[in-house]
Amino acid sequence: MNISQELQAARARLLSRRWFLRDCGVGLAGIAAQSLYAGETARGSDASPNPLAPRQPHFTGKAKRVIYIFQAGAPSHLELFDNKPELTKRNGQLPPAELLKGYRAAFINPNSALLGPKFKFEKHGQCGMELSEVLPHTAKIADDLCLIRTLQTEAVNHAPAQIMMNSGSQQFGRPSFGSWSLYGLGSESADLPGYVVLTSAKGTSGGASNYGCGFLPTMYGGTPFRSTGDPVLYLSNPKGIEDETQRGIQSYEMAYRLQTSAPELMDLAKEPKEVLERYGIKDPKEANFARNCLLARRLIERGVRFVQLFHEAWDQHGNLTAGVKQNALDTDQASAALVTDLKQRGLLNDTIVIWGGEFGRTPMVQGGNDGRDHHNRCFSLWLAGGGVKPGHTHGSTDEFGFNVAADPVHVHDLHATLLHLLGFDHTRLTFRFQGRDYRLTDVHGKLVPGILA
Amino acid sequence: MPRRLCALAFLLLVPLASDLRGAPPVDFQRDVQPILNEHCNACHGVDANDRKSGLRLDLRENALKGGESGTPAIVPGKTDDGELLRRILSADESEVMPPRSHNKPLTPKQIETLKRWIADGAKYETHWAFSTPQKPAVPAVVTPHPIDAFVRSHLKSLEIAPSRQADPATLCRRLYLDLIGLPPTPEELATFEKVGVEATVKTLLASERFGEKWARHWLDVARYSDTNGYEKDVQREQWAWRDWVIDAFNRDMPYDQFLIEQIAGDLLPQATQSQVIATGFLRNSMINEEGAIVAEQFRMVEMFDRIDCVGKAVLGLSTQCAQCHTHKFDPLTHDEYYGMFAYLNNTYEAQSWVYTADQQKQLADIRLKVEDAERRWRATRPQWEREFADWQQNLLSQQIVWEPLETIELGSISGLNHPTQEADKSILMKGHPSGDVFFIGVPKLDGVTGVRLEALTHRDLPHNGPGRSRLGTWAIHEVEAFVKKPGSNDWEKLKLVNATADFSEPEQKQPDGKKPRGPVGLLIDGTDDSTWLSDRGMGLRNQPSTAVLQFEQPVNAPEGTQFKFVMRMGDMLGCCRVSLTRQAAPVAPPVDHAAILALQTPADRRPPQQTATLLAAWRANDEIATLWKSSPQAGTSILHLADRDPADPRATHLLDRGNWDRPLQVVEPHVPAAFHPFPADAPQNRLGFARWLADAKSPLTARVEVNRVWQSIFGVGLVETAEDFGTRAAVPEYREVLDWLAVDFMEHGWSRKHLIATIVTSATYQQSSSATATQLERDPRNALLARGPRFRADAEVVRDIALAVSGLLTAKMGGPGVIPPVPQNMLDYNYVYPGYWKPAEGAERYRRTVYGFRKRSMPDPVMSNFDAPNGDFACARRIRSNTPLAALTGLNETIFVESARALALRVLKEGGATDADRASRAFSLCTLRQPTPAERDAILTLLESRRKRIADGWLNPREVTTGDPATLPALPPNTTPQDAAAWTLVARVLLNLDETMTKN
Repeated sequence: MNISQELQAARARLLSRRWFLRDCGVGLAGIAAQSLYAGETARGSDASPNPLAPRQPHFTGKAKRVIYIFQAGAPSHLELFDNKPELTKRNGQLPPAELLKGYRAAFINPNSALLGPKFKFEKHGQCGMELSEVLPHTAKIADDLCLIRTLQTEAVNHAPAQIMMNSGSQQFGRPSFGSWSLYGLGSESADLPGYVVLTSAKGTSGGASNYGCGFLPTMYGGTPFRSTGDPVLYLSNPKGIEDETQRGIQSYEMAYRLQTSAPELMDLAKEPKEVLERYGIKDPKEANFARNCLLARRLIERGVRFVQLFHEAWDQHGNLTAGVKQNALDTDQASAALVTDLKQRGLLNDTIVIWGGEFGRTPMVQGGNDGRDHHNRCFSLWLAGGGVKPGHTHGSTDEFGFNVAADPVHVHDLHATLLHLLGFDHTRLTFRFQGRDYRLTDVHGKLVPGILA
Repeated sequence: MPRRLCALAFLLLVPLASDLRGAPPVDFQRDVQPILNEHCNACHGVDANDRKSGLRLDLRENALKGGESGTPAIVPGKTDDGELLRRILSADESEVMPPRSHNKPLTPKQIETLKRWIADGAKYETHWAFSTPQKPAVPAVVTPHPIDAFVRSHLKSLEIAPSRQADPATLCRRLYLDLIGLPPTPEELATFEKVGVEATVKTLLASERFGEKWARHWLDVARYSDTNGYEKDVQREQWAWRDWVIDAFNRDMPYDQFLIEQIAGDLLPQATQSQVIATGFLRNSMINEEGAIVAEQFRMVEMFDRIDCVGKAVLGLSTQCAQCHTHKFDPLTHDEYYGMFAYLNNTYEAQSWVYTADQQKQLADIRLKVEDAERRWRATRPQWEREFADWQQNLLSQQIVWEPLETIELGSISGLNHPTQEADKSILMKGHPSGDVFFIGVPKLDGVTGVRLEALTHRDLPHNGPGRSRLGTWAIHEVEAFVKKPGSNDWEKLKLVNATADFSEPEQKQPDGKKPRGPVGLLIDGTDDSTWLSDRGMGLRNQPSTAVLQFEQPVNAPEGTQFKFVMRMGDMLGCCRVSLTRQAAPVAPPVDHAAILALQTPADRRPPQQTATLLAAWRANDEIATLWKSSPQAGTSILHLADRDPADPRATHLLDRGNWDRPLQVVEPHVPAAFHPFPADAPQNRLGFARWLADAKSPLTARVEVNRVWQSIFGVGLVETAEDFGTRAAVPEYREVLDWLAVDFMEHGWSRKHLIATIVTSATYQQSSSATATQLERDPRNALLARGPRFRADAEVVRDIALAVSGLLTAKMGGPGVIPPVPQNMLDYNYVYPGYWKPAEGAERYRRTVYGFRKRSMPDPVMSNFDAPNGDFACARRIRSNTPLAALTGLNETIFVESARALALRVLKEGGATDADRASRAFSLCTLRQPTPAERDAILTLLESRRKRIADGWLNPREVTTGDPATLPALPPNTTPQDAAAWTLVARVLLNLDETMTKN
């Protein structure tokens, strides 16, 4: 590489392109990897020119992109999505002994009194989906939702369960669903990362591994966009160093474009007032869940493949009534507004929205009479758009919301089905690592046809 | 259907393999094995459980015999016979192989390969990496260096010319970056040009910077981190192990010893502190401390991680598959996985102090003084043995009969902690440290007079406990006892009185005057504000203690009555036992409880340690106690493994589908049959396993290390998949180079310095890295080694380059992780806010990156943006990428910006009087070569444009040079703030040049 060229090019913002093209195989999206050749293929094999270039999946999927609203901490299905009048009736009574056989709760002695749901449920929409009174806005989009009441997982502690939900394994080190999606489909944004993470409330139990790339190359990991300070780490010039200079020395074109596009993206000033109101955004600069929902739409509009929101707030071992109510206040309106907004813009058809946590909560009480423990045998999650059956409630649980009564959906099954919607046979979206073809669903996962449109 | 017809048509067109003359012979390992592995062996391979129709294709004998049908799958030399080809070519949906549902059809080319292989006699070969390496004959080529001989003869056969030697500056920089991870100065280049490669290599290998560079590769695969991971992700003290690795590299510790000490250093005869620190390797696993976890579940996850790490780091083998079932492709059965597991499983997860050399001397000195004091003491008591025996007898005669509480339920009120009861009725409290536990039993309550709480030591606790504080101490606020009669739902509280203990601290008033701490009576004073403490102080702590509490009234209750003991604690107790007695007015004897426990062993079977404990308790000698109390406090500690007490071994079970809570039969320690045998006379323990791993007969150990070293230098290993040498790994282009180096490595005492010197003194290494378009097209990844290595340096090296060329770098070695500055909006995203995150200041801030603090759930953005792993799991190979995030980091991250400012001042100070001279100096500091006139002009043009912006008032020179609009840095003489600012902006460009960050 000729350094004089490089320096001159610096002023013209075209610096090091040649090097980039030669050694990194940079392509349209401007990001590149030296070592990305579909895993461990034989040396000298054909190199993809750009590992983030848009790619065709196995077949034409109904969905092209994903917004995953991860409600971390485990929202109570019994207060939100799964109405159990029997629990109200048996409030204060011990659960039947046969129910508890072989059951392990996290905190409590399983033989604790049953606790009636704290909120009323009503049927909504033409489909008659039953939802809790704390979700009035979600209720209005019931006909767009596919509510799964029978999700199941193995993990019963937060960090492993979040990692399981996001990567299909309780053990750290596997790529997240977002990374798999980006690896499979590439990015359609030339200016922004293909997988963006937005956080509200507090940090999550699973930490950065929740959106990590595992053994996939770094570029497939989620990039956090931060609501305070620089939206992307080190995006701004250091104090006193002006933009002119900054531009002048861009080594990589996308870094420069990111410097322009990320602040533009994060600036909600141009959003019409009624849009802000619909999301419940009072101050467009205030960092919160509602703002992240609107940002998610803006990201999707700009070609970002996968947006993941994390809202870690749902661990109601105590303070169940007030906690769930507050969390619903913080998230219900904006979640519903996002779905509606996507629909109005014609984006919902090929965008999957996912809303849910890492496990459910026990029908048995924890503490006095206002808390629930971790529960992994069934929990609820909703999907919308992207080829998902709208206005549909999938599966049912027993009268306590304790076990699945019909149509269980394991986390692996959910992953298999989501990949299907994106156009992948989950058994064939693989990456060879350590001599093994790894996949999101490990050696499990069945398609759940019942939730497909 | 059409696709299959097409395949058939293709086959009809190609001539039969046996007719092919001159076609290169089919190589089983390179050509056939990958097909069988990919398409057949998942159902017809090693794993008997998943084997279909009893057919095995991974072994020739079985393939020739066939499966249950009895029809041979392969008939050597006959492509028309044999089930294998017939089924592959079958048009019948019900019998075609691989089954359509597997979505793994063979390509016509693959079918052709199989045909040719069968026609040639269907020869099988043992996978090359599973046989002990032999030194291959070096080809006779006119070159003295064996690596070059292999490479050149191969290139010659391909009619490819090697590249010329790199120019001196490039070569010098390459050597420095590879050997010590720092760029040379222009002055060092001048020396290099004088003394040449070999002398420079010798100097660099002797530099302490060498260990700091090379340890990093091992830290990756050993998943080193400074925090525990998972939700809490709290700090751990493990840097003593990191320093041990750096030191081992600098001392060129033989690799076999390097492994043995890290896996079983504590079991070596007269193990030193350093050898115990070494075993921290196996404790680098993540530790879950989330609320309500079952500790054993996550200990098992740690164990799986240990096996994964040993597999990747030492054996170059993926082991994870065999956690759940027999490996599909490599000879590692489900049973053999747990056989290896068993070697590591019979252990405690210990934590011990790490003393400095001075402190170790001090301790040795104290021991000598204690011996001396004991000698003198005995001399004054000639009858001491008799008196001692009498004292023991007396103590025994006063002993109270205590019945340990057998629990039917135990837990914590909060649910955060799940205690477990052990065989000796002691109760272990691992996992989340919450201090509100209760134990329920159904003892006979017929005149029960008192309850005893024993705080017991345990090797799973810090410094043996009994507590879980950093010192292994504990603090109990209150204990309570309750009964619940059969049929009742209410717990009746029992009044406890007359607390006694073997030892209590004197009462300490707290500043608020309300929270006394110390005496044992505070255990039952009805308030959680007060605390019983029993810390005997430095040198004497970490021993058992006991408290005895009397019931105000003897307890009599009907059979079936439940008894509940409740404890509320500050610093949690880690191990205890609760017992009841019927003896009137029970008290704790005023003798160290350790002695009472020792007394339980009959004198003739008592180990010397227990006798010493009894002696110490009997003497209660102030002089000796004072000596012990003068022990130094260690500054840090180490997590390590320790072998379990032989009386309390832990059996290993085969786990059904790898589930920790589904144990099947017991598995004895054993090694995989496909590898070299375990020596018959070696101990069947961790040490034996360590020695087996480091055995020269091991097919993999030396190869894997040689390959990892090669990978660090060339960017890609000879075996590209450094973590997997199994049958799925691509056959290396230069297997002979790997084998020759592996044997040579062992012949030279497993010396890594020798190995590295061998590699970098080859002409192959020293080639220019520039490549013509033809070369790039033919060999884009440089697998043929017809040119030198060229790739962006590792994250640590990239950052160290900036620190070094700017002159900021601090050479200090070792010590706690140095906290780097990170943006506040990163810190805010932690589940548990790291309040300790106070970025280092001054010289400490500019330590080498290997000393940087690594937090698992918040990876340092500089590290992760340049592809460094975060330590969640073993990483044998970094995958390099170039993202805009990396570009932004190099430009704007605090340390890089500070480096640019420092480089500017350095250039102004030592770069000469003119801008042209300074431009040359700055450029050569970064790239080690003089700029061409055009390059120099480009720098000057950039400089001028910056000067103009400053002069025009667009930029504040103070802010540019310090980040503060009001502050100026100390300027070199005869320079202006404007100079410093303009050069800072130029320096920022130079630090981010491709040539600065790349090893060329």
